[in-house]
Amino acid sequence: MSMGPADRSGPAIEVRGVVTRFGAHAVHDGLDLTVERGEIVGIVGGSGTGKTVLLRTIIGLQRPAEGSVTLLSERVSWDGTSTAALAGRFGMLFQDGALFSALTVGQNIQVPMRERGGIPAALMDELSRLKVSLVGLPPEACGKFPSELSGGMKKRAGLARALALDPEVVFLDEPTAGLDPIGASDFDELILDLRRALGLTVVMVTHDLDSLARICDRIAVLVDKRIVVGTMEELTRSDHPWIRSYFHGPRARAAFERPAAAGAQG
Amino acid sequence: MTDAAHPGAQPLIVDTDGGGSLVLRLAGRWTLDTVRLVDRDLRAVAERPAERIVVDVGGLSGLDSAGAWAIRRTLDRAEARGVATDLKDLPDAYRPILDKAIVPDPRARVAPPSDNPLLAPLEHAGQAVVEAAQVARNLAGFFGYTLVCLAGVIVRPWRLRVTATVAQMEATGLNALPIVGLLCFLVGIVLAYMGALQLKQFGASILTVNLVGVAVLREIGILLTAIIVAGRSGSAFAAQIGTMKVNQEVDALETMGLSAVEVLVLPRVIALIVVMPLLTVWADAAGLLGGAVVALFLLDLSFAQFLIQLKAAVQFWDFGTGMLKAPIFALVIALVGCNDGLRVSGSAESVGRYTTRAVVESIFLVIVLDAAFAVAFAEIGI
Repeated sequence: MSMGPADRSGPAIEVRGVVTRFGAHAVHDGLDLTVERGEIVGIVGGSGTGKTVLLRTIIGLQRPAEGSVTLLSERVSWDGTSTAALAGRFGMLFQDGALFSALTVGQNIQVPMRERGGIPAALMDELSRLKVSLVGLPPEACGKFPSELSGGMKKRAGLARALALDPEVVFLDEPTAGLDPIGASDFDELILDLRRALGLTVVMVTHDLDSLARICDRIAVLVDKRIVVGTMEELTRSDHPWIRSYFHGPRARAAFERPAAAGAQG
Repeated sequence: MTDAAHPGAQPLIVDTDGGGSLVLRLAGRWTLDTVRLVDRDLRAVAERPAERIVVDVGGLSGLDSAGAWAIRRTLDRAEARGVATDLKDLPDAYRPILDKAIVPDPRARVAPPSDNPLLAPLEHAGQAVVEAAQVARNLAGFFGYTLVCLAGVIVRPWRLRVTATVAQMEATGLNALPIVGLLCFLVGIVLAYMGALQLKQFGASILTVNLVGVAVLREIGILLTAIIVAGRSGSAFAAQIGTMKVNQEVDALETMGLSAVEVLVLPRVIALIVVMPLLTVWADAAGLLGGAVVALFLLDLSFAQFLIQLKAAVQFWDFGTGMLKAPIFALVIALVGCNDGLRVSGSAESVGRYTTRAVVESIFLVIVLDAAFAVAFAEIGI
């Protein structure tokens, strides 16, 4: 299968010198990012700094002007061939779920399974019910159409579909936005459990400071068209003005005080 | 994690320990790709008679949620029929995913409920009748409401969105000129050609001009224009307003105290009522030109002779009936398109559905009305 030992060496994601322009306006200018396997990396940055664009570049939807991306040892080509080669090895949760509106939630989850082929129908039904319960949706949501779901439920259903084939890497675009705090922390636990059991690598765009503090190993901050990566503690010591105001604002302090107190700073 | 520790190992070995226990030894990476191969065996094993089923997971080198589910299902099935179970050598790393591998309702529906094949046609027919009645009622209500808004704009003309109206005139009228002209020209050619060939047998070739003149002015020009406009503008109205509905833009308008009918519907209705007669004149001219071209080449009739014969053949009301129908068809097309756009709800899929409906409904209504007009005009003798 696709998971030979050779495939699993090296970092999960390597972004080198990516330049993305929209007209004359450069969003990324020589951006580098490396994500190791099994890592949970949070991407933060102000509005319009290209967080979602970066995710789209990594998964092969958006061709940058310059630079290269290597995802799971496969060079991303932005013409669909690398995406086909990587099918099932990464999953993406889009901001609004991006569920297929003509299919029920259960059928949405089965789309990647059907593409994989050779999976008995009974097993597919069981697995789609399992994914629905994994992401904390009620069982009856499985047979509902996306238009019958609330925004938060759509997001969970989108996550269930992203997890359909137990991918090695999942990309999450604002996964906890629109979830209530209990749902959001359940979601954090779910990600940690999946990582523990599967060695899942997670890249998430998020503004949820609790999520960042609770589950992210490292945080990638998009500033000045590049990325500054570090652990929470390293970043709190940064003297870049935007990073300072992000990690020292009143909301940040409440969320970060616990890990900071446990750390060396005391 | 130790990956592929047992590369060639059998993923599932079923053993007995002699004491009535069934031992399942799992090895290697238990992921979806493994589980789909052993799924059938595993289901069979769970139903085998045994005092006790032991699942030995010590040899696992990887577990995903599909693998966890397969293990959990085997244990649950056995327990459900009163067989004791034992999960042996479970590494701590797999415990969380195994604990989460629970399906609360194993009979939860995945596919939408399917119809009873015998009753379905009956049910669909009934639904279609009820729906048609609802559409008619809904459209009548919408027509009335639009008229009220129109009256409001007539009383307070500054409330009319002039820019939007003019933009709609451009989109629905000016931009439609090439396609309307070309199609009517071609149909004019077809009509004249057919007429010339048939009438020649009676030595009445010259009457081809009468045929083309009356047919184009009374029916072909307006009908073809109405059908093209329904296809390109009626659908556009439904899609534009429908998309705004999905994006909650219509709700945003209402929240600001603006009426969606006044802002979105009236400019479209007024624009179409203004441009439709103009388009019809253009279509009439193109159709007649098509006829004249055929007359020139097939009947050796010069343009001047064609016009003289045409003047003798048609009266004002041949043209007038077409012009009379134009604004009414325009009203119908615009109202149906906008109404279907406003009926969109929920998903992008429903935008597509209502756009199709708008075109079908408006073409249907245009042709029904055209038939009614034909009878009415004949009765009053114009």
